[in-house]
Amino acid sequence: MASVDLVWKNGRFGQTSRRDTWWLEPLLVFLGLGAFVVYATWAAFQGNHYWHNQYLSPFYSPEIFGDSPHSLFGPKPAWWPAFMPFSPALLILWAPGLFRFTCYYYRGAYYKAFWADPPACAVSEPRNGYRGEKLLPLVLHNVHRYIFYAATIVWFFLLYDAFVAFRFPDGSLGVGVGTIVLWINVIFLGGYAFGCHCSRHLTGGFLDAITSSPVRHKLYNAVSWLNANHKKWAWASLFSVAFSDIYVRLCSMGIWSDWRIL
Amino acid sequence: MAQATFRIWRGDKNGGAFKDYMVETDQGMVVLDAVHRIQAEQANDLAVRWNCKAGKCGSCSAEINGMPRLMCMTRLDQLDLSMPVIVEPMHAFPSIRDLVTDVSWNFEVKKKIKKFKPRKPDAPDGTWRMQQADIDRVQEFRKCIECFLCQDVCHVLREHQKHDEFIGPRFLVYTAALEMNPLDTEDRVADLKERDGIGYCNITTCCRQVCPEHITITENAIIPLKERVVDQYFDPLKKLFRIFGA
Ligand code: SF4
Ligand code: SF4
Ligand code: FES
Ligand code: FES
Repeated sequence: MASVDLVWKNGRFGQTSRRDTWWLEPLLVFLGLGAFVVYATWAAFQGNHYWHNQYLSPFYSPEIFGDSPHSLFGPKPAWWPAFMPFSPALLILWAPGLFRFTCYYYRGAYYKAFWADPPACAVSEPRNGYRGEKLLPLVLHNVHRYIFYAATIVWFFLLYDAFVAFRFPDGSLGVGVGTIVLWINVIFLGGYAFGCHCSRHLTGGFLDAITSSPVRHKLYNAVSWLNANHKKWAWASLFSVAFSDIYVRLCSMGIWSDWRIL
Repeated sequence: MAQATFRIWRGDKNGGAFKDYMVETDQGMVVLDAVHRIQAEQANDLAVRWNCKAGKCGSCSAEINGMPRLMCMTRLDQLDLSMPVIVEPMHAFPSIRDLVTDVSWNFEVKKKIKKFKPRKPDAPDGTWRMQQADIDRVQEFRKCIECFLCQDVCHVLREHQKHDEFIGPRFLVYTAALEMNPLDTEDRVADLKERDGIGYCNITTCCRQVCPEHITITENAIIPLKERVVDQYFDPLKKLFRIFGA
């Protein structure tokens, strides 16, 4: 088929007849995601103040090797190359990091906000060439379902941490502000992770006759319910995970003190 | 009600220009009414396509203040009339004249998609049985009125003119309706990946945002199809299971 012959071609970057504040949403995404990436990177490289009593920062969980009592296999291993910086976060943060990076929602959002592809709907782009997700490098986003598996494993560790957050250093059970912070975080992260489009596909979306298995059908409906608000879960959990780290960090530094409620 | 200015694109495939028209507006008017008033009173040769004036035929697609919309479903009280209202034809299709574009490319694309191929009838009388819940997904897609606003806003077509390599959101919705139908036995996944260029969609959701039928195009049609493409082409574990399971 011959290519269509268009009157409007190759508009200038930003050219549009739109009159609304089309730039506002990509700008907010740019600032929100940008701030998160900068903070998370900084926090991951700190390697200290990531735990406070029974609380462990979600950026550092599971703590495979490390110096805190939360560590699974003791301190930093001797074989760790001296030239490589060490922080327990660096061992695991790739999973949740890549999970967000390859998430369908975030992809659509950062292609707009960081790459202007397009800057906003019906607004002209800076580049003419386009490969989309059909070719390298972005075709690699198709690994998202594998990262979903990895991120789910991490989530179960965070759930475990949330239970541990009930046990105060003197051995008594109780609820501190930190317990609530970690619980809100694990709920938001669960809503985000299990509402993933891959999770929706794998629980039943791949079938044409979903009702053939009643259990699967219920699961699919539950995941679809979460999935309908995937964007909201994505942002809520982004804030909650960063705030959980900030909370634990400031308590550990002695700037905030954790308040025991029960 | 007050007067309003409409800045309408006049021209054809060789180019054109905007022209301003002042119109008397009435309560409850939609953009299509204003365009008709201009056509009746000031510009008898103004070309505009429409049929139902009820948002159901999908003929009156245009761009109003830069956004792809149905002229018959855009009320003037939704617009800021203190400034000229810009009315343009769709950008992603060739111009015929004024507000009318040639959307025939879409019909050619549709012909290429493998048709519905139902399994053998379930009952001796030649009928089938299926659960409503299994067909709910597909029914959403069948609300489509073929206005092609989603095709118009999609940057793969509008900006990058990949009309030869990408079928656009409307036909991904159409393919999803066939592919997810519990009675259908055809396999369109290979076509989706290669010929239909589903990988060009970068899930920026503009199609879903302009759809007048509120079809959740990106999340309910395109992403599930992308996942089916992953099943067949990008999931080594699944492949292994298939080899050993078969
Ligand atoms: S989500 Fe995909 S199909 Fe829809 S407008 Fe964006 S690129 Fe086009
Ligand atoms: S999917 Fe929506 S926007 Fe696209 S052609 Fe159908 S009704 Fe129009
Ligand atoms: S689609 Fe967003 S996490 Fe998978
Ligand atoms: S005239 Fe039919 S949809 Fe507008």
